[in-house]
Amino acid sequence: MSTTTLPDSLTRRVPGGDAGIIIATLAATYLAYVLIGIGLGYSLRGQLNTIAVLTFYIGVFAMLALALNLHWGYTGLFNIGIVGFMAVGIYVMALVSKPVYQAGGASQVGGLGLPVIIGIIAGMIAASLLGLLIALPALRLRADYLAIVTIAMSEIVRFSFLSGQLQQFNLAGRRVGFGGGSGLILDYTDPLESFFSFFGLWDAYLGLIETFGIIIPNNPKPVVDGLVYGVVLLSFVGLYFWLLKRTGESPFGRVLKAIREDEEAASSLGKDTNGFKIKAFMLGCALMGLAGILWFMRSGAVTPNTFRPRITFFVWIALIIGGAGSNTGSVLGGAIFAALLYQGPRYLKNLLDTVLPSASSPSSFGPAIAPLISNLDITPLLFYTIDNIRQLQLVFMGVVLIWLMHNRPEGLLGHRTETASPITLSAPIAQTVASESRSTTADADTDPDPDATEDIAPDGGSNSTTDSNNGGINSNE
Amino acid sequence: MGIAETYTRGRRFAVTRPGSILLAIVGFILLFDLAGQLTSGQITFSSVGSLIWDGLMRGLVIGLAGIGLSMTYSILNFANFAHGDYITAGAFSGWATTYLIAGLGRADVGALLLVGAGGSVFGGTLGINVTGTPFAIIAGIIVAGIAAVGLTLAVDKIAYKPIRDESGIALLITSVGVAFALRYLMQFVFGPSVRGTTSQPASLSLYFIDGVVRVNTHDAALIIIGGALMLGVHLLLQRTKLGKAMRAMSDNEDLARVTGIPTEQVVQSVWVIGGGLTGIVGYMFILWKGTLGFNDGWLLLLLIFAAVILGGIGSIYGAITGGLVIGLTASVSVIWIPSTFARATAFIMMIVILLVKPSGIFSGRSTA
Repeated sequence: MSTTTLPDSLTRRVPGGDAGIIIATLAATYLAYVLIGIGLGYSLRGQLNTIAVLTFYIGVFAMLALALNLHWGYTGLFNIGIVGFMAVGIYVMALVSKPVYQAGGASQVGGLGLPVIIGIIAGMIAASLLGLLIALPALRLRADYLAIVTIAMSEIVRFSFLSGQLQQFNLAGRRVGFGGGSGLILDYTDPLESFFSFFGLWDAYLGLIETFGIIIPNNPKPVVDGLVYGVVLLSFVGLYFWLLKRTGESPFGRVLKAIREDEEAASSLGKDTNGFKIKAFMLGCALMGLAGILWFMRSGAVTPNTFRPRITFFVWIALIIGGAGSNTGSVLGGAIFAALLYQGPRYLKNLLDTVLPSASSPSSFGPAIAPLISNLDITPLLFYTIDNIRQLQLVFMGVVLIWLMHNRPEGLLGHRTETASPITLSAPIAQTVASESRSTTADADTDPDPDATEDIAPDGGSNSTTDSNNGGINSNE
Repeated sequence: MGIAETYTRGRRFAVTRPGSILLAIVGFILLFDLAGQLTSGQITFSSVGSLIWDGLMRGLVIGLAGIGLSMTYSILNFANFAHGDYITAGAFSGWATTYLIAGLGRADVGALLLVGAGGSVFGGTLGINVTGTPFAIIAGIIVAGIAAVGLTLAVDKIAYKPIRDESGIALLITSVGVAFALRYLMQFVFGPSVRGTTSQPASLSLYFIDGVVRVNTHDAALIIIGGALMLGVHLLLQRTKLGKAMRAMSDNEDLARVTGIPTEQVVQSVWVIGGGLTGIVGYMFILWKGTLGFNDGWLLLLLIFAAVILGGIGSIYGAITGGLVIGLTASVSVIWIPSTFARATAFIMMIVILLVKPSGIFSGRSTA
């Protein structure tokens, strides 16, 4: 095992460690976006909007990658049904929080009319219960079978929300439902408003918007809303990060890593591996449900067909870019994915649309390619390409995924040594890394070996402390 | 004595295999309900017959497409998520050929080669069906097979071969990347629309108790081609040295290599056979279904996985049987539940089988 990989030395050089890396990456990303915006002569409003949208996607992808890291990076559970848990989260939240049905309203169905926060909790519980439903039988299966079961589940969830039977039904005497294929209007009070009202800050918030009116004269509210919501999402990312770091460094997390490395060894040490796996799976599912809620709760409406497996695939790319098994890597992967692969091409399209003369692009590939063949005129094909950048973006993502699996399956930060021991065990150089985990609960049976260069997990068996071996790409078979 | 023994055996079975008992009970309830619906006239015998026929055809497509997946799964040890897009790729290449031959001189060559992207030309107006344009169809089948072979070999060389020694999961993730790249490249070239590809085929009305079950020429074509493919694969695997080498490899690759089997060549042959089969099935699927879209293969893929797992990975007959079961489940389930849940039922069926018998129906009888 290589102990001095590039990321390790990098971590030590960047001030602030993990947080420093994340902040530096985010700063560089924002700077690049702002600079391109300035170069294009975007208005301040446009700039702020771009930043708000970028922050939004960085936030949701970082959250989802962190949740997936708990499944795959820590426990070795190959879950490719992420989008199903997200869908259940937002739909159950909508069911609980939508106002009670009133005839003549815009919405065909109502909800239970409970506060948004109760809806969020209900959504998370529903997602984790769905996780339990799958975990109970499926965790006994091989990793690839679990993969197929989870993706099938996410499609079952989508078909269920699409079906006419669940479109409208009665619950506790109220007319509720999931809206079927035409979608569900999320007509509860804006969660931002409820949030600030709860703390009695709504007027202060409106005051802030008025202050913004100085720099953005025309209707500043959507811009400020977007920016503030971005900040809310980033603080949720911080919360996820903290939660998963604590989980990973706790005795519970050490057992999870032990299961990932060698389930039989962990089991032979008396650990109820199935119980641990189910708990970890449910926790991850609840976090995915919450991420789904936060992604879609301000979008005005949701339709089942938004929740196609491609979102799952996005999250996986984000995690693999960052490196499975590393929480910092997950956030970093989420940010890089959102900035470069997800928002990047769309931003590029806007950029090209403003730079290039506005010519009508061909409607299909035939008229686009014909001039290239007949008289080597590449312009129509270029316009067609720019027009269809959203599809090509997915092609590009697929290629990136293949490239990553070939050249860097451990991701940016996947090869790091994560110390599981609560006390410093080795030479001063490792002290900075080890000191971060000092806050975890001490295990009584720790037997520190001062000469050990690698830390041995007290209760994990084998080499559960490390994230080597392809950064957790090994299955736990 | 005999009764007591039977009783003990029965009790042991009930204790060790509660899932099977439960399944049997559910099956009986469903049959009972069907009988009730039939006698009360809620549903006619002929409509049940039509559903079963539709399910069998669908199952045949799923099963045939599953053979290729099953072969690569057992020999290369990974679930190939790009398989569905091989199906679509085979279908598009084959149908481009069919369009070109059937519509040459009647429409723009570019529009024909793009299978009428953007509504530029329609299969129905070209009069494409098995009796009307047989040569175009046959040429399409051949091209679909060849193109799919080329594609699978190219993808293998670029994406899978460099990491052949990695774990199945690394290959699986790579295959997901391949799937997305292929699918959206096809969408980029052929457009996002779902187009009709055939004109109405001639059909035969078979009288069945209280009504008719329609069988058309495309059903017949599917059965003939499907039967021929199955027979061919069977002979190939059972009678040739290659088949023996493949079986040896799926059993233990290292052992196969030390006994002198050129494993890399066998892998190539698996891709050739599996790819060709997949391309042809993709073409036949579209011929039978009558519409073509860039998502078709992907939407079929999960059902194919269900069939392969149901039948037992590595078993050709298992894949066919699993396909028929899944196809019938998806079609016939509408008798009891709303049709929007038909596909979901097939997936639930797969999950149930995974729980009751994770190794599949034909487990341990690997033929490829």
